[in-house]
Amino acid sequence: MVENTGKPLDRVDGRLKVTGAARYSAEWDVPNLAHAAVVSSTVARGSVRALDTAAARAAPGVLAVLSHENAPRLQPLPEKVGGTLFRGEGGMTETRQPLQDTAVHYAGQPLAVVVADTLERARHAASLVRVTYAEQPPELTLKSVSQRSLPETFVGNKDEKLQVTVGDPKAALAAAPVRLERVYESAITHHNPIEPLATIARWEQRNGGEFLTLYDTSRGVENLQEVMATSLGLPKESVQVICPFIGGAFGAKGWLFAPPLLTAMAARLAGRPVKLEWRRQDMFSVAGQRAATHQTLSLGASRDGKLLALQHDTQTHASIMSGYTEPCARVSRMLYAVPNLGFSHQLAHLHLPSPCPMRGPGETVGGWALECAMDELAAELSLDPVELRLRNYADKNPETGKPWSSKHLRECYERGKALIGWDQRNPKPRAMREGNQLVGYGMATTMYPAARRPAEARATLFADGRALVQSATHELGNGAYTIFRQISADGLALPLERVRFELGDSALPAAPTSGGSATTATIGPAALEACRNVLTALKRLAIQQAQSPLHGAAEDAIEARDGRLVLKADASRGEDYAAILRRAKLPLVAATASVKPGEEREQYSFYSFGAVFVKVRVDEASGSIRLARLCAVYDVGRLMNPKTAHSQIIGGVMMGLGATLMEETQYDARTGRAVVRNLADYHVPSLADTPDITVEWLGIPDPHISELGARGIGEIGCVGTPAAITNAVYHATGQRLRSLPLTPDKLLRG
Amino acid sequence: MLLDALREQLHLTGTKKGCDHGQCGACTVHIDGQSALSCLTLAVMSEGRAITTIEGLARGEELHPVQEAFVKHDAFQCGYCTPGQIMAATALVQDRQQRSAAEIREAMSGNLCRCAAYANIIAAIQEAQRA
Ligand code: FES
Ligand code: FES
Repeated sequence: MVENTGKPLDRVDGRLKVTGAARYSAEWDVPNLAHAAVVSSTVARGSVRALDTAAARAAPGVLAVLSHENAPRLQPLPEKVGGTLFRGEGGMTETRQPLQDTAVHYAGQPLAVVVADTLERARHAASLVRVTYAEQPPELTLKSVSQRSLPETFVGNKDEKLQVTVGDPKAALAAAPVRLERVYESAITHHNPIEPLATIARWEQRNGGEFLTLYDTSRGVENLQEVMATSLGLPKESVQVICPFIGGAFGAKGWLFAPPLLTAMAARLAGRPVKLEWRRQDMFSVAGQRAATHQTLSLGASRDGKLLALQHDTQTHASIMSGYTEPCARVSRMLYAVPNLGFSHQLAHLHLPSPCPMRGPGETVGGWALECAMDELAAELSLDPVELRLRNYADKNPETGKPWSSKHLRECYERGKALIGWDQRNPKPRAMREGNQLVGYGMATTMYPAARRPAEARATLFADGRALVQSATHELGNGAYTIFRQISADGLALPLERVRFELGDSALPAAPTSGGSATTATIGPAALEACRNVLTALKRLAIQQAQSPLHGAAEDAIEARDGRLVLKADASRGEDYAAILRRAKLPLVAATASVKPGEEREQYSFYSFGAVFVKVRVDEASGSIRLARLCAVYDVGRLMNPKTAHSQIIGGVMMGLGATLMEETQYDARTGRAVVRNLADYHVPSLADTPDITVEWLGIPDPHISELGARGIGEIGCVGTPAAITNAVYHATGQRLRSLPLTPDKLLRG
Repeated sequence: MLLDALREQLHLTGTKKGCDHGQCGACTVHIDGQSALSCLTLAVMSEGRAITTIEGLARGEELHPVQEAFVKHDAFQCGYCTPGQIMAATALVQDRQQRSAAEIREAMSGNLCRCAAYANIIAAIQEAQRA
């Protein structure tokens, strides 16, 4: 039997995706479907004084107008779901349910939903709704805000405290022979997946009760099922969420629930299935964002470059109704061996849309600040930046004292240096040119926590020789259909063509929201265990069958090989799976598995690592910065599929590039309205921005994370890239830029 | 709009809506063999003209060489921008010119991919233009 796991196979859903046959959430052909358009607030703070919907209701084709005046009453969101704190300071999502009152907390807040028989008529009618407001001056900047808090934990995780002091960083800083304190700032950015948010909601009567089906752009179908059921006061079994394909998420589409709630309420009011597709401009108000940050990094070191103290203080913001806190110290808390370590997070509440995780939440911009400060310290000490990092290499987690599950970061630095030609560069700033452009090299360390969560799966063997494995996880470009089919095929000792993997449906065995680079480590072991369990069930059948060549054999004397159950000692004695089922007159045999990480989580600290090296070209006349080459080496455990993994990692790298050089959402400082709200003004990297990229991985399995040895790879590419580029800009120009994105105006201003 | 007519009335949902403003390329189709943004095209303006969408590219089971190359080079992740990328790429390679990576970068920059499969898109198009 050829192993599938670890092979660079083509995506199994590739054909569906290149022929347009993959079905995304807005594309379900639901009979009698009506269309919705949203009326959004044009002010950022205040309340709705009057909402005149008469003209809209009288417009042709209009079926219903939903607003706070007639919206069904919703129950509050659950406090916690699956261990994730939802509400309150440090919580994941919004406290407030939509359309339950007249309050306005940000510009772009949905105030009414118009349902009509066609999209055009819904949009037209929405334009006829007149809103009058009682307006108040919004609070829009970190500096002047009146409400601040110090959240205790990130989304309620006891292992992720947001205010921490280890040792005495203050005293150690004061006493350190070399000291450096710098402020780094980053702008608001948006995920902007190319597929906008969309929901189709359909109410039916089933078994004498109400039943709600949602086709939603959700990377958390189970989670959303629970949120909808709680909010609408329904039993969980009366809600089904379906999403077999997501057109990109990057942190969005997981934790903000107003869009599906509005659609479900609108469908109930209209008495018809309703589709609500959000427009690109709405993606800047209802889809979540990475909040802006203001970070102060203080480093204290000895003259020979040993870190004595590290203090990382962050100011960031949520909306009025959310306590989500960008956890900027995620890298600082673990990367270097430093005896005195402190970090804090101060949260302001602004009249802006709610933030949520965005690829590398905390790590991308917090790691940028730390790794830029380390570069500044290296320059101060006249040390090579890689050497400074090696002198502070952490052999165990500095915050918790636990050993790493697996760490080979030294090899990443070595290999990355060789790939980019680090030692051939002239280390002096402003010393290298190509034509009339300045050239610079820079590097940074990257990391990502290697999470694993509980999950369930089911495996079914059919009498025709095929198999099906299922779990309610998600395909968002991560290659889930492909890698879990590879893993399942190996688990069942069947060729890939005979196995299918299903996901994206809350009716399937439970799986967590896909995020935090945890999907492979979470679902892989569950799928494997379900495969093992179904084979055990099949073995027991065979053992009992008088005519089976395996009759009476001991269970552990039998193994699965090439689609057959055979005796370990004598592979010629056995038979294929289908024969056993046919004899038993069974159409199928199925088994489930429920797995979770164990004690190893208490014993070890689980992280992936990597080193990113880049070359940039800077045109000082125009201020433009181009990433010319990037070489990165990652220690991410064993890869399930190097082909899809390579794509995912370079996708992360490119998103890091976007955050560094171009991405920024601006809100009008007076009105709080998004000024940048389309893809012409919000620049995401394009093909023309793509550098020459070399990405490698060490391929060393993590011995403790699971039997697969695989850690996640979704985010590590995004982390590290921003600091490597920023440090290269310093090397090219001699200028330290400390505000993301590094747009030309900042370089020219000096 | 042609895009809404395709998706909502004809249920040809392979053509994607990413921005509705001509800024992302997800809605690219061919009109009389040339690539066009269906979100900026009125359906009535297309009367009597030949429109090809992603659904019409393969011959039965046999994929178009650009589609083959996209699968082989993993030139996508989530797949949402992919129909638009492929329609733009097929229009590009039909003149059988051998374009350099730099020329492909330029020509395809109107098609955004947030998954950023760009490096693989270049490789796929280079292979398809050799086919
Ligand atoms: S949907 Fe037409 S260009 Fe974006
Ligand atoms: S493949 Fe996801 S946007 Fe291109």
